[in-house]
Formats: sequence, C-alpha cells, structure tokens
Amino acid sequence: MTNYDAIVIGAGHNGLITSSYLAKAGKKVLVVDARSEAGGCASTQAFTNGFHISDCAQWVHQLDDKIVQELSLEMHGLRLGKAKRTIALQASGDHLTLDGDSLSGAEISAADKRAYKAFRSQMRAFGKLMLKLYRTRAPKMVDADWGDRMTLLSLGLGLKMMGRKNMQDMMRLVLINIYDVMNEHFEHDGLKAAVALDAITGTNMGPRSPNTVFTYIHRMVGEALGNRGVSQVMGGMGSLGGALLSSAKTQGVEVRLGEAVTRIIKTHDRVTGVELSSGDVVEATAVVSSADPTTTYRDLLGYRHIEAGQARRVEQYRTRSGTGKLHLALSGLPSFTGVSAEDHSQRLIIAPSMDAMETGLNPIKYRELTSQHVFDISISSIEDPTLAPAGQHVLTALVHYVPYKLKTGWDSDEGAREQLLESLLEQLEAYAPGIRDLIVASEVRVPEDFEASHGMTGGNWHHGELSIDQSLMMRPFPGSTQYTGSVEGLYLCGAGSHPGGSLMGLAGKNAAEEMLKQGVLS
Amino acid sequence: MSAAERKTMLLTTPFHSRVEQNCELNDWGAWQGYTTPNSYFDVELEYFAIRSTAGVLDLSPMNKYRISGPDAEAFLNRLVTRDVSKIGVNRVGYAVWCNDAGELMDDGTIFHLAENDYRLCSYMRADEWLEWNALGFDVTINNESDDIAALAIQGPVSCTILTLIGCEGLNELKPFGIARFDFEGVEMMVSRTGFTGDLGYEVWIDPSKAEALWDQLFGKGRDYLIKPIGSHALHMARIEAGFLQAKVDFVPAEIAVRPGRTRTPLEIGLDWQVDFNKPLFNGRAALLKQKEEGLRYRFVLLDVEGNKPAEHSFILKNGKQIGIVTSAAWCPTVKSNLAFAQVEMPHGAVGDEFVAEIYYQRELQWTRLMAPCKVIDGPLFNPSRKRQTPAPAH
Repeated sequence: MTNYDAIVIGAGHNGLITSSYLAKAGKKVLVVDARSEAGGCASTQAFTNGFHISDCAQWVHQLDDKIVQELSLEMHGLRLGKAKRTIALQASGDHLTLDGDSLSGAEISAADKRAYKAFRSQMRAFGKLMLKLYRTRAPKMVDADWGDRMTLLSLGLGLKMMGRKNMQDMMRLVLINIYDVMNEHFEHDGLKAAVALDAITGTNMGPRSPNTVFTYIHRMVGEALGNRGVSQVMGGMGSLGGALLSSAKTQGVEVRLGEAVTRIIKTHDRVTGVELSSGDVVEATAVVSSADPTTTYRDLLGYRHIEAGQARRVEQYRTRSGTGKLHLALSGLPSFTGVSAEDHSQRLIIAPSMDAMETGLNPIKYRELTSQHVFDISISSIEDPTLAPAGQHVLTALVHYVPYKLKTGWDSDEGAREQLLESLLEQLEAYAPGIRDLIVASEVRVPEDFEASHGMTGGNWHHGELSIDQSLMMRPFPGSTQYTGSVEGLYLCGAGSHPGGSLMGLAGKNAAEEMLKQGVLS
Repeated sequence: MSAAERKTMLLTTPFHSRVEQNCELNDWGAWQGYTTPNSYFDVELEYFAIRSTAGVLDLSPMNKYRISGPDAEAFLNRLVTRDVSKIGVNRVGYAVWCNDAGELMDDGTIFHLAENDYRLCSYMRADEWLEWNALGFDVTINNESDDIAALAIQGPVSCTILTLIGCEGLNELKPFGIARFDFEGVEMMVSRTGFTGDLGYEVWIDPSKAEALWDQLFGKGRDYLIKPIGSHALHMARIEAGFLQAKVDFVPAEIAVRPGRTRTPLEIGLDWQVDFNKPLFNGRAALLKQKEEGLRYRFVLLDVEGNKPAEHSFILKNGKQIGIVTSAAWCPTVKSNLAFAQVEMPHGAVGDEFVAEIYYQRELQWTRLMAPCKVIDGPLFNPSRKRQTPAPAH
C-alpha cells in the first residue's frame, strides 16, 4: 500500500490549493473527492440541452492573484471575465450603477456620491489591514508564540498607521451592523441596500444583524487582493476547478475523483488515514480536510473520537445558510426595464431597501418561505456565449433569503419548491417583463440542496457563518484554530478555517504553509 | 412536610422524618439543595461512632446518573481519566473527570451494575456535561438522584448490623464489591464503599423503604451503639483517610471563575487516576502536555506540629509563601494534626519541611502560630479491617 505524506479530503479550490503547495514543496499528496469533477463550489453543470450553468458559486471577487500566479492558473486555462459593474435595479426604473468608487443614477445626490467614495476608501483601508491577517495563520491570543506576537504587532501597527479617525471607526464599526452604518453615510435607500447586500451574501444574517460590517470588510478584502468588483469565469466556474486540478497534477498531486472519504481513521491517539467508499484504506502522515468542520469532525471522524468539549464546539458551530439559487435557461435575452442591452452582462441586483431585506429575513428564522427576496443576477452567456446555444442565454441568481430547511420539509412539502420558483419569477417579472415566456428550463436550489450536492453542512458556502465569534483566531472554534485539528495528524484547510469562505484560496494556501513551517509532514 | 409547607427552599430526603428526630442540635446545612445535618448531637462523638462502632450518614442528596446502552463503557472511558474496562460487573471504581483543558471537573464513583449498565455518582450536578458527552455514543443517561435513597453505614460493626437486618453473607463482600439483598420485598443494593477510610458500606434502596430501613438499622444496631453522623464528623474522617473533597480541595472547573484557580488531576495527587494508555479521554492532550512541560502545583499531605488545625493556613518556606492548606483537622484516632495542601513546584517531596501559619481564636483573642510541618507519604489512617475479607466480626 502506498503511503502519502498527506491525504487531502475534497478537491474544491482550497483542497487543490493546499495539495499544490504541499506538492510544490516535494510532498507526496493524494486528493480525494466524492464528486466526479474537481472544483467543489467552483463547478459547472450541464443544465438542459446545450446550456451550462455555474451551479454553485457564480462570481469570483476574492481570488488571491498571488495564488493565480504561483500556481500558474492562467497557463492551466483559467480565464476571468471583465470586472463587472453592479447595477442596482430600482422599481422606479432609475437604476444605480456602482462601478468601483464611482456611483451614478438619476436619483443619486452629489452628497451620496461623495459619501460613497469616502466610505469605499475607508472600507478599502480596513480591507487592506484585514488582508495582513488573512495572509497568515490567525494569531492565538493566549498561547501566542513569537510568530503570533509579530502578527499582532503588525496588526496593531497597521491599525495605528490608518490614523486616529480610521482606527476609532474600525473599532467602533467592526461589531455593529451595516444597517446603522448605511444610514450614517447615505440618503438613497437603493444605494444602502446595494451595499448591504454585499454584507449579507452567503450568510444567515440581515442588514440589522450584528457584525455585518465585519462581513462587508471581509468582502472588501477581495479588492485588497486585486479584484475590482465581481467577475465570471470563462467557460463557467468549473473552469476554475479545472485549472486548479491541472495545476495540481502538474505538481505531482495524485487525484481520485468520484470516490468519497467515508471515514477518517484514528489509530490509537492519532489520525493515520482515511477509508474510501470503495472500501480502500489509504494511510498518510497527515489527513488534511477541506470539508467543513462539521462534516470533518461529526461525520468523518466521529464525535466519539474527539474530546467532549470539542464535540460541543462542533455541535454549536453555526452553519445555517440563507442563500439559495435560481437557474434559468432562456430562449433569448431577457429585457430588464431601463437596462441597456449590453449592460445585461453586468451584475444586476434587486434589493429595494434594507428594510425589505430585513423583512425578507424574518420568516426564514422560523423556517418559512418569504415573499420578498433579494437577487444577485448573472447572465453569464452574454460575455461567454459557449454557455448556451447561439442566441440563447443562461441566468443564474443568488437568492436571499431561502430557509436552509423548511418547517414543512423541502421534499415532504411537494409544492414548496414550485411555490418558491413562482414567487421568484413573479418578482423577476416586475423588473424584466416577459421573462417567463423565455424560460426553457428552470430550477431553484435551496441550501439543503447545496448540502447534498456539494457536501457543505447547512448549505453554507463559507463552511460556517462568517461572524466574528467564528472568525480569525476563533475560526472555526477555539481548540481547532491555526489549521490543526484537535487530533494529532488531522488538519483543516477549507473555508471553515481562517480566513474563511468565498473563492479566495487563502485558507488552503495558509494551511499548506503552516504545515510545512511546522514540519508535520517530515 | 413538603418544602412549600415549611416555607424553605431546601428539599428533604426520604429519611428526613428520622433524621429530624435525631438532629438534637438542630444544626442543618444545605447539600445539593437538600437539608442535611452538619451534626446531630456532638461532632466528636459522631466521629468516634465511625471509628469505634458504626456511623450512619444520609447520602441521598448525592447525584446519581444511570448510564446504560451498548456504548456505556466507551462513553465512560472517554468521560473519565481512568480505564473503566477494569471495573468488573458488580464492582465500584473511584473516578475523576476533566474538561478538554485537563482541568478537574469532579470526582465520583462508577457502579458497574450489569453489562452495559452503570451508575455514576458525582458531587456536582453533571446533567449538561453528560449530555454533551453523549454526542456520538449510543447511551441513555438518566438522572436518578431522586429515585434512590442511600445511607452510608461506616465503622467496625457496620457489617455486623447489616447482617442482622438481613444482609446474609455480607462479610464475604470484597472492598468495592456490590451485593443485593431483599428488604421487605424490594431490592436493597449494598456496596462496600464509603468516604471514611474504614470498614463500611453504602446501602441503596427505593425511597418508599427509606424510613423502614432506618428503623431496622437503628433498632438492630442499638446494642452496637450505632449513631447518625453529620457532615462535620464525616469531614474529620475523610481527612484522616486522605480523601479529597470537591469544592474544598479543588475548584470544579465548571464553577471556577478566576483564571488559574483550577487544578489538573496531576497537580492534586490524582496522577494514579490518569491512564495515558487510553487513546482518548477528555483532557488527555492537555494533561500529556502538562506532564511534558511540568506541573505548577503539587498536592501534599502534611503532618503539622501541635494540635491546632491548620485550617486556611499559608504554607511558608524560608518565610516565603509557597502554598495553601485546603483541608485540615486534628485527627483523633491517628492522633495527628493533618492538613491537605497545595504547594508550588518543585516543593513538596516527601520529607520536605515547611511552616504552617495558623491563626486561631480563644475568647476573642486571635493568636498566630508558626507550626513546623512535614510532607508525609500516604494517609495515616489505614486499618486492616478496611481491606479484610471476610470482614472481621464484632
């Protein structure tokens, strides 16, 4: 039997990035994934005849350019589309356009324009500071070693260097909610909602939830990493997975797709390998899981193989997502009122007001359907015609808020998905009259579906709520930080570890670097 | 009379009617929400009943958890630091447990009642911690504290008296063994266990038979000078026997507020309870690390000069404070002034000599006494009757 230095569970972006960096350092690495395609959430799915959709993530806005360079992802076929503007659709038809720091729209005041620039500049400064922390393991506060102290020192220095005003603001803002901050800065309700959307995407939070400023800064790290707005991946999100896979293979990483890890094997007091769905047992010096912490500890290792306090942490780790998706195959280009034909390729959002968002969140707390959704729309086939038959289009939309589990059960209540679809289409129709007539095929995906298809507990693409008590030096939870598991031989490299989710890749890179630095594979 | 009728928030045990009749000093204390006597008539005479005849303690307030199911042993083995598989059926084992940080949470006893069926007796309420521990295990946990009445009968004639009330052949029961008898048609479980370091038993029975059991014991035991004992007499006996008391000799981790106030089993003389050969138990990683990096404290038994109990004393070495006393008593049977202390490492090897700074009051006058003391090895009170099987007859 072959012995590996490391077995990486999951060929998502973080799993592949960890594998590549470990292999680059000369380690013998095996990656295993239950899915038949690499890429995890960066996946493309054949939808209906000739249509392809990015069936999980649809935007790239936080990918670390350094990783793209170091793993030669462009050479391996990664092509990102142009950075997109955000067009915030208004019921009045006077839409707003958010393009970098500039803001336009018939109803936008000069004061809002100035305030938007200032707000962005400040948030970017915070994002840059945060990036310092994101590029390394999060320092421990109690048992800090010299490396940790240096990180803290550098963070403190960075905070100080931002100037008194920014420093005070950061300390004040980081724990509060985006709702209050928006009202402090802006007048236009649509603008407030457009910014707030970026703060709640992928979470189970509303604009009034605490620490939604933190999540917004998390998003701004994307800009500090060199992303200007969101982009689509040419060929569909799966091409990012493909490029990562190809790069990993070039580094000598062995990849087994379509084979699930059924169990992490613990021998006496340390992890020694994994058991696969085929029944094969593969041994390694280390098992590195890019699966979410709940899947890793509860399902693969098993609570009985960790200490009870850790099991309690896992059980209490919040993973519920409130984001679903709408997929449409369209026979022609839909027409959003007041949006020029070419602007349909931009990012279109529907978020009328923060109050509407908050109201939309309320029912899902009780696992009920809401009638007021927020949309983040991509018609990717405009920039990339390969995704649909000639003249036809695919539309995908991130939809908030969709309950993870429905009180009556998504599958036991047979009409639930239809009801959701109907409600979504009705809301879309208001902005794009006639869109229904173009529909060739449609699908709604709820968080529970992502849990099943992509193995993410709670359907949460951050692998756990990105709130400050589950972030940084506390991600995923105390006792399992700095990429180590609570059991010897087990490591974490997924979005559930610092610095968390979205297609960023830093968790995977940091994990590999940390393992190499600690010399745990030698 | 119910607690509501008495207008007190404390509960009463199934033996209360009898306890109350005997509690001449009306000296009540609270134990786990129950009212129980600190003393009945005279602390020292109660103590001497334990050592010379038989003392009876109502231990009904003790927390009792029934743990059963296919994973019961595995569950307990992850919970406590010792190897539970070594406790055979119808045997009892002392055990301690920690949180993940290796901090001592509590100590207690595990009764192996039958295959896959255990009772855990604990000092602290443990419902929540046990439920968390049950994640991933096929076990059922049932708090049966109120479903069982229990008495401890401790002392040289304890076996004789119990035999008289129907525990035929009890003298053959080995220390830490469990036997079952019929008592007025219900099962009475007797374990050769206790908290006095003496020959003694604990009797477990349905609450409906509690008063009848008490009456039988005191009826048949009258000629053997059986006496009820309160918690103060028990305190003297357990110090003499070298037994730790939660909340007195260590702060249970779940109620500790200040950092650094908890102790690990290694720091409190319970290293013999920690079995690192087990692949997993709560606190294992932390304790291994501490073992490697060194302990902060050492638990010591001190023989203090003079007869003034070194209660709450500072322990000094060359005038510098290096430790504190957690329990102390003048122990009449061994005629020694004993103290349990925690001293900073590397102090505390057997034979080390310190000074105990003792304060005591006589007729309003406080006096400070600097009493030399010495670390001794093991408890002084260790009578052969404690271990003998068959238990000696009296």
